Amino acid sequence: MTTAVVVFPGTNCEHDVVTAMTDLGGSARLVWHRKTDLDSYDSVVLPGGFAHGDALRTGAIARFSPIMEAVSRFADQGKPVVGICNGFQILCEAGLLPGALIANRDLSFICRYVDVEVTDTGTVLTNAAATGQRLRIPLNSYEGNWVDPTGEGRVVVKYTDDPNGSSERAAAVANDAGNVVGIMPHPERATDPLLGSTDGRAFLRSFLNSLVPA
Amino acid sequence: MKIRVEVTRRPEIADPQGTTIKRALHDLGHTDVTEVRVNKVFHLEVEGGSDTEIRDKVEEMCRQLLANPVLEDFEIELVP
Repeated sequence: MTTAVVVFPGTNCEHDVVTAMTDLGGSARLVWHRKTDLDSYDSVVLPGGFAHGDALRTGAIARFSPIMEAVSRFADQGKPVVGICNGFQILCEAGLLPGALIANRDLSFICRYVDVEVTDTGTVLTNAAATGQRLRIPLNSYEGNWVDPTGEGRVVVKYTDDPNGSSERAAAVANDAGNVVGIMPHPERATDPLLGSTDGRAFLRSFLNSLVPA
Repeated sequence: MKIRVEVTRRPEIADPQGTTIKRALHDLGHTDVTEVRVNKVFHLEVEGGSDTEIRDKVEEMCRQLLANPVLEDFEIELVP
Protein backbone atom coordinates (compact mmCIF):
# COMPACT_ATOMS: atom_id res chain seq x y z
CA MET A 1 0.00 0.00 0.00
CA THR A 2 2.67 2.48 -0.99
CA THR A 3 2.00 5.54 -3.10
CA ALA A 4 4.54 6.61 -5.70
CA VAL A 5 5.10 10.37 -5.62
CA VAL A 6 6.71 11.16 -8.96
CA VAL A 7 9.54 13.66 -9.10
CA PHE A 8 10.25 15.40 -12.42
CA PRO A 9 13.06 17.92 -12.81
CA GLY A 10 11.39 21.07 -11.47
CA THR A 11 8.86 19.35 -9.20
CA ASN A 12 8.82 21.10 -5.83
CA CYS A 13 5.88 19.81 -3.77
CA GLU A 14 6.92 16.18 -3.50
CA HIS A 15 8.05 16.34 0.14
CA ASP A 16 4.86 18.12 1.19
CA VAL A 17 2.84 15.27 -0.31
CA VAL A 18 4.93 12.53 1.29
CA THR A 19 4.84 14.28 4.69
CA ALA A 20 1.09 14.93 4.57
CA MET A 21 0.30 11.37 3.53
CA THR A 22 2.63 9.86 6.11
CA ASP A 23 1.06 12.03 8.84
CA LEU A 24 -2.31 10.57 7.89
CA GLY A 25 -1.02 7.04 8.28
CA GLY A 26 -0.22 6.38 4.63
CA SER A 27 3.00 5.29 3.05
CA ALA A 28 4.51 7.27 0.19
CA ARG A 29 7.86 7.24 -1.54
CA LEU A 30 9.53 9.50 -4.08
CA VAL A 31 10.03 8.00 -7.55
CA TRP A 32 12.25 9.65 -10.17
CA HIS A 33 10.53 10.33 -13.50
CA ARG A 34 13.03 8.26 -15.48
CA LYS A 35 11.85 5.04 -13.85
CA THR A 36 9.75 2.91 -16.16
CA ASP A 37 7.90 0.62 -13.77
CA LEU A 38 5.68 1.17 -10.76
CA ASP A 39 5.29 -2.50 -9.89
CA SER A 40 5.94 -2.03 -6.19
CA TYR A 41 3.29 0.70 -5.86
CA ASP A 42 -0.47 0.71 -5.93
CA SER A 43 -1.20 4.38 -6.51
CA VAL A 44 0.45 7.48 -7.92
CA VAL A 45 0.55 11.18 -7.12
CA LEU A 46 1.99 13.68 -9.58
CA PRO A 47 2.83 16.59 -7.25
CA GLY A 48 3.06 20.29 -8.00
CA GLY A 49 5.96 22.35 -9.24
CA PHE A 50 7.33 23.28 -12.64
CA ALA A 51 8.19 19.98 -14.34
CA HIS A 52 10.79 20.52 -17.06
CA GLY A 53 10.53 24.26 -16.36
CA ASP A 54 7.02 24.33 -17.88
CA ALA A 55 8.75 24.74 -21.25
CA LEU A 56 6.39 24.98 -24.24
CA ARG A 57 3.21 24.42 -22.18
CA THR A 58 2.77 23.24 -18.60
CA GLY A 59 3.08 19.46 -18.58
CA ALA A 60 3.87 19.24 -22.31
CA ILE A 61 7.36 17.80 -21.84
CA ALA A 62 6.63 15.89 -18.62
CA ARG A 63 3.96 13.80 -20.30
CA PHE A 64 6.74 12.13 -22.31
CA SER A 65 8.86 11.29 -19.27
CA PRO A 66 9.56 7.53 -19.11
CA ILE A 67 7.42 7.06 -15.97
CA MET A 68 4.30 8.28 -17.77
CA GLU A 69 3.69 5.01 -19.61
CA ALA A 70 3.43 3.26 -16.26
CA VAL A 71 1.18 6.04 -14.95
CA SER A 72 -1.03 5.61 -17.99
CA ARG A 73 -1.26 1.84 -17.37
CA PHE A 74 -2.23 2.55 -13.74
CA ALA A 75 -4.99 4.84 -14.96
CA ASP A 76 -6.27 2.18 -17.40
CA GLN A 77 -6.22 -0.46 -14.67
CA GLY A 78 -8.42 1.68 -12.42
CA LYS A 79 -5.70 2.35 -9.86
CA PRO A 80 -5.73 5.72 -8.08
CA VAL A 81 -3.85 8.46 -9.96
CA VAL A 82 -3.96 12.01 -8.65
CA GLY A 83 -2.31 15.11 -10.06
CA ILE A 84 -2.00 18.22 -7.91
CA CYS A 85 -1.47 21.61 -9.58
CA ASN A 86 1.34 20.94 -12.09
CA GLY A 87 0.41 17.25 -11.81
CA PHE A 88 -3.13 18.13 -12.96
CA GLN A 89 -1.63 19.94 -15.96
CA ILE A 90 0.50 16.90 -16.80
CA LEU A 91 -2.51 14.54 -16.64
CA CYS A 92 -4.41 16.79 -19.07
CA GLU A 93 -1.48 16.97 -21.49
CA ALA A 94 -1.17 13.18 -21.28
CA GLY A 95 -4.82 12.84 -22.25
CA LEU A 96 -5.64 11.03 -18.98
CA LEU A 97 -8.00 13.87 -18.05
CA PRO A 98 -10.13 15.98 -20.38
CA GLY A 99 -9.42 19.60 -21.24
CA ALA A 100 -6.31 21.70 -20.71
CA LEU A 101 -5.05 24.38 -18.34
CA ILE A 102 -4.27 27.85 -19.63
CA ALA A 103 -3.18 31.11 -18.00
CA ASN A 104 -5.45 32.55 -15.33
CA ARG A 105 -8.08 34.92 -16.68
CA ASP A 106 -6.45 38.00 -15.12
CA LEU A 107 -2.88 36.86 -15.94
CA SER A 108 -1.94 36.95 -12.27
CA PHE A 109 -0.15 34.27 -10.32
CA ILE A 110 -2.66 33.40 -7.60
CA CYS A 111 -1.25 32.41 -4.22
CA ARG A 112 -3.89 32.42 -1.51
CA TYR A 113 -6.40 30.27 0.29
CA VAL A 114 -9.53 29.56 -1.72
CA ASP A 115 -12.85 28.07 -0.68
CA VAL A 116 -13.95 25.07 -2.67
CA GLU A 117 -17.07 22.95 -2.66
CA VAL A 118 -17.11 19.21 -3.25
CA THR A 119 -19.71 18.42 -5.92
CA ASP A 120 -18.98 14.76 -6.66
CA THR A 121 -17.84 12.23 -4.06
CA GLY A 122 -17.47 9.28 -6.42
CA THR A 123 -13.71 9.63 -6.93
CA VAL A 124 -10.46 8.58 -5.29
CA LEU A 125 -9.92 12.15 -4.08
CA THR A 126 -13.39 12.98 -2.76
CA ASN A 127 -14.92 9.79 -1.32
CA ALA A 128 -14.32 10.85 2.32
CA ALA A 129 -15.97 14.25 1.79
CA ALA A 130 -19.68 15.04 1.72
CA THR A 131 -21.41 16.49 -1.33
CA GLY A 132 -21.67 20.23 -0.79
CA GLN A 133 -18.89 20.23 1.81
CA ARG A 134 -16.89 23.45 1.75
CA LEU A 135 -13.16 23.32 2.32
CA ARG A 136 -10.40 25.93 2.45
CA ILE A 137 -7.09 25.04 0.81
CA PRO A 138 -4.32 27.06 -0.88
CA LEU A 139 -4.25 27.82 -4.59
CA ASN A 140 -0.80 28.50 -6.01
CA SER A 141 -0.75 28.71 -9.79
CA TYR A 142 -0.54 30.81 -12.93
CA GLU A 143 -2.01 28.26 -15.35
CA GLY A 144 -5.01 27.18 -13.29
CA ASN A 145 -7.70 28.09 -15.79
CA TRP A 146 -9.20 24.80 -16.93
CA VAL A 147 -10.81 24.84 -20.37
CA ASP A 148 -12.91 22.01 -21.66
CA PRO A 149 -13.97 22.45 -25.29
CA THR A 150 -16.01 19.22 -25.16
CA GLY A 151 -18.07 20.43 -22.20
CA GLU A 152 -18.18 16.84 -20.99
CA GLY A 153 -15.47 16.89 -18.31
CA ARG A 154 -16.46 15.61 -14.88
CA VAL A 155 -16.00 18.47 -12.42
CA VAL A 156 -15.79 17.12 -8.87
CA VAL A 157 -14.68 20.16 -6.83
CA LYS A 158 -15.61 23.78 -7.62
CA TYR A 159 -14.32 27.13 -6.40
CA THR A 160 -17.04 28.98 -4.52
CA ASP A 161 -15.87 32.19 -6.20
CA ASP A 162 -14.21 32.42 -9.61
CA PRO A 163 -10.51 33.12 -8.99
CA ASN A 164 -9.05 32.19 -12.37
CA GLY A 165 -11.72 31.81 -15.07
CA SER A 166 -11.79 28.01 -14.89
CA SER A 167 -14.73 26.42 -16.79
CA GLU A 168 -17.62 25.61 -14.47
CA ARG A 169 -15.42 27.04 -11.66
CA ALA A 170 -13.61 23.69 -11.73
CA ALA A 171 -10.96 23.20 -9.06
CA ALA A 172 -10.78 19.42 -9.59
CA VAL A 173 -11.71 17.19 -12.51
CA ALA A 174 -11.98 13.40 -12.78
CA ASN A 175 -12.10 10.80 -15.52
CA ASP A 176 -15.33 8.83 -16.01
CA ALA A 177 -14.18 5.99 -13.76
CA GLY A 178 -13.24 8.39 -10.94
CA ASN A 179 -9.81 6.83 -10.41
CA VAL A 180 -7.90 9.66 -12.11
CA VAL A 181 -8.33 13.11 -10.58
CA GLY A 182 -6.56 16.42 -11.11
CA ILE A 183 -6.87 19.18 -8.52
CA MET A 184 -5.48 22.70 -8.93
CA PRO A 185 -5.29 23.90 -5.29
CA HIS A 186 -3.04 22.04 -2.84
CA PRO A 187 -4.69 19.72 -0.28
CA GLU A 188 -1.26 18.66 1.03
CA ARG A 189 -0.54 22.22 2.15
CA ALA A 190 -3.60 22.26 4.42
CA THR A 191 -3.02 19.26 6.63
CA ASP A 192 -1.62 20.77 9.84
CA PRO A 193 -3.04 23.55 12.07
CA LEU A 194 0.34 25.25 11.75
CA LEU A 195 -0.39 25.77 8.04
CA GLY A 196 -3.64 27.62 8.69
CA SER A 197 -6.07 24.90 7.64
CA THR A 198 -6.47 21.16 7.96
CA ASP A 199 -9.21 20.96 5.33
CA GLY A 200 -6.89 19.27 2.84
CA ARG A 201 -7.02 16.13 4.96
CA ALA A 202 -10.49 15.29 3.60
CA PHE A 203 -8.97 14.89 0.12
CA LEU A 204 -5.93 12.93 1.23
CA ARG A 205 -8.04 10.69 3.46
CA SER A 206 -10.21 9.94 0.44
CA PHE A 207 -7.09 8.99 -1.47
CA LEU A 208 -5.87 6.72 1.33
CA ASN A 209 -9.38 5.17 1.63
CA SER A 210 -9.25 4.27 -2.04
CA LEU A 211 -6.15 2.16 -1.43
CA VAL A 212 -7.89 -0.26 0.91
CA PRO A 213 -8.47 -3.48 -1.01
CA ALA A 214 -12.14 -4.15 -1.71
CA MET B 1 15.53 22.94 -44.74
CA LYS B 2 14.02 25.75 -42.68
CA ILE B 3 10.48 25.37 -41.50
CA ARG B 4 8.15 27.84 -39.88
CA VAL B 5 5.41 26.44 -37.69
CA GLU B 6 2.66 28.68 -36.37
CA VAL B 7 0.52 27.38 -33.53
CA THR B 8 -2.74 29.18 -32.95
CA ARG B 9 -5.25 28.81 -30.17
CA ARG B 10 -8.68 28.01 -31.60
CA PRO B 11 -10.97 31.03 -31.79
CA GLU B 12 -13.45 29.58 -29.28
CA ILE B 13 -10.74 29.17 -26.60
CA ALA B 14 -10.03 32.21 -24.43
CA ASP B 15 -6.68 33.97 -24.82
CA PRO B 16 -6.14 35.91 -21.56
CA GLN B 17 -2.87 37.37 -22.86
CA GLY B 18 -4.53 38.65 -26.02
CA THR B 19 -7.34 40.18 -23.97
CA THR B 20 -4.88 42.00 -21.70
CA ILE B 21 -2.89 43.32 -24.65
CA LYS B 22 -6.09 44.56 -26.30
CA ARG B 23 -6.96 46.42 -23.10
CA ALA B 24 -3.48 48.00 -23.03
CA LEU B 25 -3.82 49.09 -26.67
CA HIS B 26 -7.17 50.66 -25.84
CA ASP B 27 -5.55 52.51 -22.92
CA LEU B 28 -3.00 53.88 -25.41
CA GLY B 29 -5.81 55.28 -27.50
CA HIS B 30 -5.98 52.50 -30.09
CA THR B 31 -9.65 51.95 -29.47
CA ASP B 32 -10.20 50.69 -33.02
CA VAL B 33 -8.55 47.36 -32.07
CA THR B 34 -11.34 44.82 -31.68
CA GLU B 35 -9.37 41.60 -31.24
CA VAL B 36 -5.85 40.50 -30.25
CA ARG B 37 -4.72 36.87 -30.32
CA VAL B 38 -1.21 35.76 -29.38
CA ASN B 39 0.22 32.86 -31.42
CA LYS B 40 3.42 30.87 -31.14
CA VAL B 41 5.91 30.63 -33.98
CA PHE B 42 8.58 27.92 -34.11
CA HIS B 43 11.54 28.13 -36.48
CA LEU B 44 12.92 24.66 -37.13
CA GLU B 45 15.81 23.40 -39.20
CA VAL B 46 15.35 19.82 -40.35
CA GLU B 47 17.82 17.72 -42.33
CA GLY B 48 17.18 15.13 -45.02
CA GLY B 49 14.24 13.99 -47.09
CA SER B 50 12.02 15.51 -49.74
CA ASP B 51 9.73 18.46 -49.06
CA THR B 52 6.81 16.08 -48.58
CA GLU B 53 8.76 13.87 -46.20
CA ILE B 54 9.88 16.86 -44.15
CA ARG B 55 6.38 18.27 -44.05
CA ASP B 56 5.04 14.89 -42.84
CA LYS B 57 7.75 14.70 -40.21
CA VAL B 58 7.00 18.20 -38.91
CA GLU B 59 3.29 17.48 -38.92
CA GLU B 60 3.96 14.51 -36.66
CA MET B 61 6.02 16.76 -34.35
CA CYS B 62 3.11 19.19 -34.17
CA ARG B 63 0.63 16.47 -33.28
CA GLN B 64 2.95 14.95 -30.68
CA LEU B 65 4.34 18.01 -28.97
CA LEU B 66 4.34 21.45 -30.54
CA ALA B 67 0.56 21.92 -30.44
CA ASN B 68 -1.99 20.74 -27.89
CA PRO B 69 -4.83 19.26 -29.97
CA VAL B 70 -7.34 20.16 -27.25
CA LEU B 71 -6.71 23.89 -27.75
CA GLU B 72 -4.59 24.58 -30.76
CA ASP B 73 -4.25 24.32 -34.54
CA PHE B 74 -1.01 24.56 -36.49
CA GLU B 75 0.28 25.67 -39.88
CA ILE B 76 3.51 24.46 -41.44
CA GLU B 77 5.45 26.49 -43.97
CA LEU B 78 8.63 25.31 -45.71
CA VAL B 79 10.90 28.34 -46.06
CA PRO B 80 12.78 28.32 -49.38
